[in-house]
Amino acid sequence: MNLHEYQSKQRFGKFGVPIPQGKVAASPQEVYEIARELGGPVVVKSQVLVGGRGKAGGIKLAQDADEAQQLAETILGMQIKGLTVRKVLVDPASKFVKEIYLGIVNDRAAGKPVMMASSEGGVEIEEVARTNPKAIIREQIDPFLGLRDYQARNLASGINLPREHWRAFVKIAQSLYACYLDSDAVLAEINPLVITADGQLLALDGKMSIDDNALFRHADLAEMRDTDAEPEAETQARAADISYVKLDGQIGCMVNGAGLAMTTMDMTKLFGGEEIGPANFLDIGGGAQADKVAAALRIILSDPNVKSILVNIFGGITRGDEVARGILQAREQVGINLPMIVRLNGTNAKEAREIIQNAALPNLHYAETLTQAAQLAVSAAKGEL
Amino acid sequence: MAILADKNTRLIVQGITGREGSFHAEKMIEYGTNVVGGVTPGKGGEWVHSKPVFDTVKSAVDATDANATIIYVNPQFAADALYEAIDAEVPLIVCITEGIPVADMMKVYSYLKGSKSRLLGPNCPGMLTPGQAKVGIMPGYIATPGSVGVVSKSGTLTYEVVYALTNKGMGQSTCVGIGGDPIIGTNFVDVLEMFENDPATEKVVLIGEIGGRAEIDAAEYIKTHMTKPVAGFIAGATAPPGKRMGHAGAIVEGGEGTAEEKINALRAAGVRIAANPEEIPGLLG
Repeated sequence: MNLHEYQSKQRFGKFGVPIPQGKVAASPQEVYEIARELGGPVVVKSQVLVGGRGKAGGIKLAQDADEAQQLAETILGMQIKGLTVRKVLVDPASKFVKEIYLGIVNDRAAGKPVMMASSEGGVEIEEVARTNPKAIIREQIDPFLGLRDYQARNLASGINLPREHWRAFVKIAQSLYACYLDSDAVLAEINPLVITADGQLLALDGKMSIDDNALFRHADLAEMRDTDAEPEAETQARAADISYVKLDGQIGCMVNGAGLAMTTMDMTKLFGGEEIGPANFLDIGGGAQADKVAAALRIILSDPNVKSILVNIFGGITRGDEVARGILQAREQVGINLPMIVRLNGTNAKEAREIIQNAALPNLHYAETLTQAAQLAVSAAKGEL
Repeated sequence: MAILADKNTRLIVQGITGREGSFHAEKMIEYGTNVVGGVTPGKGGEWVHSKPVFDTVKSAVDATDANATIIYVNPQFAADALYEAIDAEVPLIVCITEGIPVADMMKVYSYLKGSKSRLLGPNCPGMLTPGQAKVGIMPGYIATPGSVGVVSKSGTLTYEVVYALTNKGMGQSTCVGIGGDPIIGTNFVDVLEMFENDPATEKVVLIGEIGGRAEIDAAEYIKTHMTKPVAGFIAGATAPPGKRMGHAGAIVEGGEGTAEEKINALRAAGVRIAANPEEIPGLLG
C-alpha cells in the first residue's frame, strides 16, 4: 500500500526527520489560507500516487497566497496519469544548494533491508541506477543489529557529503530507519533530501510503501489507504477477499491461484494479441463456492471492456463438480449475458464437464485444455463464437 | 532417492488442531506420509487423526524423533512457530502460511543462517515425492513416480504442469513449491543443485514468475553447473509494472523482474522455454 507524499513526510517527521512545515488542502480557499499563514513563496504539490507529477504540471511555485490559490484552482481536479487530484500539499518554498537521495528498500536476494544514498537527488533512483550506477552507495542492514551509525557515515562519505553535515545526516538516516521499521514499510525514501541555503538538511519530498501483509498490526496506517487512487472494483475485491487487478483487455479472467491466474492472462494475450488480451488479474483463492464465484463475476462485469469471460480452475483439494455447480448458481445470481468459457481441471473434472455441458446454456462453453479455453475466449470476445 | 523428503521422513504438523492443519494432516496421512505427531500450544496430550499432540516442537521431536515439520499457523504467529522449529533443530521446515509480514521473514531468514534447518516457503504448496511422502497441500493423485524434477514458485500452476506430465506418462522424482513471497528459505538454485545431485532425477522443469531475480540466478547456475536438461515456463508476461499479482513477490519494480528478462536469461542458459505450460511435456521429450 502506497502512502501519499504528505502522509509519508508527516510520518518521517514524527520520527525526527526534518520536514517542511506545510499543510494539506482540498480546496483553493484552504490553499490560500495555508499560504497566507506560512507567508512568503510556497510550493503547491498535487497529491496523487504516481510519479512524474512535476512534468505533468502538478507541482507549481507561487510567490504569494493569491497566486497559490490561482494555481490550486488548476491543479485540484486535474488528471495525472488517469488519477484525479483531490488534495494538494502546500509547503514553504526552500532555497537549496544541493539535492541528495536517501532511501530504504528490501533486498530480496539478501533477505535484508538495504539503505541507499546517492549524490544525484531529485531524480528517480531507478534512473540513476541505469545511467550512473556508481553514484548509488548501499549499506545492507542486519535486521537484528539495526542500522549502525558507522554505516550511515559510510553512506555520507560515499556520496561526498561535506563533513559538517555528517552528524545531521546520521540522525536523519537513523530516524528514517526507525520510521521504516515501526511502519512495516517495504520502501521509505527521501528524494530529494536537500542542503538548504542556510546549511540545514531538509526532506523536501518523501514516499512510503507499507507491507500489505503487515497491515493487521497497523490499523492507523491501514486507514490511510486512498481508495480514490484505485479502480472501485479493486476496493470491492479486497472486501470480498479476492485478489484483483484491472487491466486493459477484453477477456475477464477468473482463476484459482496467482501463478495460474497470470498464466491464463498470458494465454489470452498469446492468442488474442494486445487489443483483446486480459481484462484483469483475478485470483479467487481456494474453494470457489457459489457466493465467491458470484462476487468475482460481479467484479469482472463491472468493467465495461469485458466481452467474454474465461474461468480456469484447477480443482486440487476442491472438487471440480462442486465448482461447476457453483458457477451455474453464480450465473443465475448475477444474471449474465456475456459468453463464458469454463475449464475445470483436476479432481472430478469429468463430472464437472458433464454438469456444464448438460446445463446446455447458449452462452456457456466448456474447454478441455488451457489452449482451447484461451482460443475460445478470444473468438467469443471477437463475436465469432 | 528423491530430494527433501521421502519414505524415511518423520513429519510433525505445527497447528495440527487448526482447521487447515487438521484437514491437510489427514490428507498427508492418506497419501502415506509418515506423520508422527503434531504441535499446538495448550493442547498437548490430545490426539488428532490418531497422532499425539504436543505443546512444544522440542517435546514433539524428543518423543517422536521427527526430522521434518510442516507449519499451518496464522501469519501473526508464524514467525514464532518458525523460530521454535529452528531452535528445536528440525532439519526440514516447510511453511505453508501465506501473508507473513516481510519484516518478520527477514529476521527468520537471518536466524536460519548457521542453523541446522532448511526452510521451504513460506506461502508455498510444500513438496511431494510421488509414492513416498507428501509434505504440503499438493493434491496427491496428480503425481506419479518417475524421473522429472519439478520446481516452482506457484501452487495451482504447478499442479497443471505436474498433471500434464503425469497424463503424458512422465513421472516425477520430486515436486517442490518454493513459494511466492519476496523472502523465502529455499530458492531455485538450492533445489536445482539438489536435483543435479539426485540420481533419481534425469530432467528438470522450472516454473517461475515475474518479480525479483531468483530466475536470473537460476539461469546462471544452470549455465555453469547443470548437466541435466531443463525446461521452463515464466508466468506474468502480461502483468503491468508496479502492480502485485496476487503473490506478495510477484511485482515488476523499477523495470526489474520482468518475464521477458527472465525468459531471455534462461534461454541463454540453454533452458527450453514454453510459451504455454501445456507444451512442457513436449519440450522434455
